[in-house]
Amino acid sequence: MSSLSNLSVKEAVARGIARRYRSERVFRALGLTALLIGLGFLAFFFYTLIGNSYTALGQTRFKLDIVFSPDVIDPQATRDPETLRNADYQALARNALGALFPEVTSRGERRELYALLSGGAGLELQDLVTNEPAVIGETRTLWLLADDDVDVLVKGQVPRDVPEADRRIDDRQLGWLTALEEQGRVDVQFNRYFFTRGASSDPELAGIWGATVGSFFMLLVTLALSFPLGVATAIYLEEFAKRNRWTDLIEVNINNLAAVPSIVFGLLGLALFINVFGLPRSSPVVGGLVLSLMTLPVIIIAARAALTAVPPSIREAALGLGASKMQMVLHHVLPLAMPGMLTGTIIGMARALGESAPLLMIGMVAFIVDVPDSPLSPATALPVQVYLWADSPERAFVERTSAAIVVLLLFLLVMNATAILLRKRFERRY
Amino acid sequence: MDLAVDRKSNDVSEVATKAAAPPSAHAAPAAKPAEEGYRTVGDFTSANPVMQARQVDVFYGDNHAIQSVNLDIGRNEVIALIGPSGCGKSTFIRCLNRMNDTIESARITGNITLDSENIYSRQMDVVMLRARVGMVFQKPNPFPKSVYDNVAYGPRIHGLARERGALDEMVQKSLERAGLWTEVKDRLEEPGTGLSGGQQQRLCIARTIAVNPDVILMDEPCSALDPIATARIEDLIDELKQNYAIAIVTHSMQQAARVSQRTAYFHLGKLIEVGDTDDIFTNPRHKLTEDYITGRFG
Repeated sequence: MSSLSNLSVKEAVARGIARRYRSERVFRALGLTALLIGLGFLAFFFYTLIGNSYTALGQTRFKLDIVFSPDVIDPQATRDPETLRNADYQALARNALGALFPEVTSRGERRELYALLSGGAGLELQDLVTNEPAVIGETRTLWLLADDDVDVLVKGQVPRDVPEADRRIDDRQLGWLTALEEQGRVDVQFNRYFFTRGASSDPELAGIWGATVGSFFMLLVTLALSFPLGVATAIYLEEFAKRNRWTDLIEVNINNLAAVPSIVFGLLGLALFINVFGLPRSSPVVGGLVLSLMTLPVIIIAARAALTAVPPSIREAALGLGASKMQMVLHHVLPLAMPGMLTGTIIGMARALGESAPLLMIGMVAFIVDVPDSPLSPATALPVQVYLWADSPERAFVERTSAAIVVLLLFLLVMNATAILLRKRFERRY
Repeated sequence: MDLAVDRKSNDVSEVATKAAAPPSAHAAPAAKPAEEGYRTVGDFTSANPVMQARQVDVFYGDNHAIQSVNLDIGRNEVIALIGPSGCGKSTFIRCLNRMNDTIESARITGNITLDSENIYSRQMDVVMLRARVGMVFQKPNPFPKSVYDNVAYGPRIHGLARERGALDEMVQKSLERAGLWTEVKDRLEEPGTGLSGGQQQRLCIARTIAVNPDVILMDEPCSALDPIATARIEDLIDELKQNYAIAIVTHSMQQAARVSQRTAYFHLGKLIEVGDTDDIFTNPRHKLTEDYITGRFG
């Protein structure tokens, strides 16, 4: 060093300085490019997702003048609920539609005409009569559900000018539909069933609510199990357990468990919770248990990191005052570590929400029409519903698949926002 | 750096042979120095001891941190522990309230008593011990809670105050004795971490005396503070000795000379010399002590 004169030091620095700045500029440019590419993909993703999904908010309906004929609903006029429930309401809708086209007489033609209506039309009429039996004998103008093939045609998702053989609606049906449109009897209205019903093989009757409730129950079970258990495990390992070969072994295993493919946990859940413990198949409680197994290592690792980050001076201060170890942890260390623990929990829960593979193993891919009313009733979950709909052949499920993904993302957003708010409340300077 | 270490170790070996014979007259009758133990120069006993350490050895794993230390902490007096870094003075005071228990590799032998009770015996509860032997640390470490909660924490966990009024009074008294009351009486609900460094350290002292311990251990309490804050703490220590026994570890010999009545000089894990502060600083008997206080090393 001392052999270098002042001048040569200056020269050496000057030679290298341009290179140093250049490498910084290159890195910045790379970072910016990566960011822009990422944002571009994100924008494209949201554009296609929202573009594909917003049409699911609408549903085609026909305006029909329904005659609530007592002869069809309740011929004996008993007003017995059983009779009312079992009446052929679809016939009321069919009659109303048939009345608009008196020229259609042959059986085959009539069947084609009636195919424009959804099977859900009868269900809607049944609901109306059940809630309001006085309507029997009256005539009302109602907007009734159209078939999904009509729906995609009206929304323009399937073009009308392709050869008949390529359409699910034949030329005759198209003619009737055009006639109805000319009379102003066709309209796209808000699709409330999508937000209130469970799965259905008829796209116009299928909803996301069942899967949303299933996911909610499942994550509730997961959170209730994995958060307290994970935090307690981390506290024990970090604050109480002695460092020895056993704790090292446990630590290695926890880290490895976080990397195990999730379907393996599904197999474990099937073997243990369903086959050994006999818990009900397809139920959110089993799903929650399996997802807890998956989430626990993530929470434990994050919670341990959060505990290590609490400065030792706080522990010494508490111990120096005569606090017991438990008091030290509960009064001082845990509140300071809580934000970090919540961050880990957000990550774990978000992963659990998006998981579908382990749920396949425990029967949560089942076709479940009813909205679950408890964690023990059969249910499906949001990602599984997306998977099932994406697999369905009907064109109308395409928009519903996208809409279900949007619901899944919104669910995630609400969950994370709650956790971030909670974290903000816990955050304290030290 | 390397040079300094070499010189220190030479000094120790030289001194150990020289000091092996003479001052056994000062040793307390209870203390029987072990063969390999170093015999401290000067009188390590106190006329009115509250804590007595005899033949204390501390190991961190294989590292022999302090070797057969004998020392008394006297009531209503301040004893200063001085010595170069890594000499074991902090290790020693951390034995007095068993803070070393929190270090897994630490192993302690010997005998330390508080009011003639062995603090390492099975009967001694560590929570009880730390309530009686309080500690103030090098870096001010208030809890990230309000000023009030910082001081009230000790009384709360020990159940010293049953109702709010009594607790309020305790908090006020502790803050007054720590000389902090007038500065914080309108800011009791503000976080203790928002105070200045010197105020934080006085808050930590208030927090310690709120439990009303017998002994207060201070581990370099002023090393992170400016001279004005340091002066305030030193005044405070002077007042506190009316009620408490205080052991203070310090790197500042001026501070030791100002606040303490007795001084103990540690060197490489051995207690070299103990005596009245005036004697140590004016007339050190051991060569190592003399070298240290005259600034030849350390």
